Amino acid sequence: MLSCKEASQLVSQSLDRPLSFGQRLGLRLHLLICKMCHQYAHQLRFLQRVARHLPEHLDESDAPRLSAAAKQRIRHTLDAGADHS
Amino acid sequence: MSITSEPSEWLDKYGDALYRYAMVRLRDSMLAEDMVQETLLAAVQAHGRYAGQSSEKTWLTGILKHKIVDHLRKARRELPLGDDIDTAADRTDELFTRRGHWNIDISQWSDPDKALEQKEFWRIFSECIEHLPPRMGDALMMRELDGLSTEEICQELAVDTTNNLWVILSRARMRMRQCLDAHWFQRQPEDRT
Repeated sequence: MLSCKEASQLVSQSLDRPLSFGQRLGLRLHLLICKMCHQYAHQLRFLQRVARHLPEHLDESDAPRLSAAAKQRIRHTLDAGADHS
Repeated sequence: MSITSEPSEWLDKYGDALYRYAMVRLRDSMLAEDMVQETLLAAVQAHGRYAGQSSEKTWLTGILKHKIVDHLRKARRELPLGDDIDTAADRTDELFTRRGHWNIDISQWSDPDKALEQKEFWRIFSECIEHLPPRMGDALMMRELDGLSTEEICQELAVDTTNNLWVILSRARMRMRQCLDAHWFQRQPEDRT
């Protein structure tokens, strides 16, 4: 029987690789009887989904922006780069 | 062929979004600015090869991701080996009893999908990532944001075995879970703005 610690590690690994048949079976059994690990598995899948969508949500208005100085510097460099090509 | 804008417009159109992405990944404004610049330079040079199969923004973000991974790899080479967090004890170990039972309560999160609609939630999520130990955060983001395979991440971050990477990723996710639980889901609804 898997401990919760082992189950939590397998839950994470299942997001990174296919588990072996035995591991899948052991984990499934554990999640059936352990409410906390069942919740944990749910939450990790949710976190993965959130992470994948993070880039789109970085556009919010209060997020950091390029400073005017940085923009100007970058524009200069780009213009210089364009002149060379 | 989709409609594309002129390279000269990219800085104004996508500069801030690229910068924010780089900031989440690198936590350093100077470095993030450099990455945006390098990305746009590379994009201008590669302009002719952009076939318009993805949106301009996706294309530019893809170039930025490569630049960031390159940077992390180089930065990693400059660090002395042997500072590895891989096998060391971690504070996430304390979340379990000696016999491997939960030492904490994993309670259900109420309405997680609704959280996605709130700006504040995304801000807290980014902050939780920033609070991960750097290498752990890099590994997690290469996996979830860049979609790299575990083999690739091992190579980029000089993690010696895939097994160790699984341990790192498992700890990173556990910490993210704890951070969001404490700073979002266990907060009273009236605290949320």
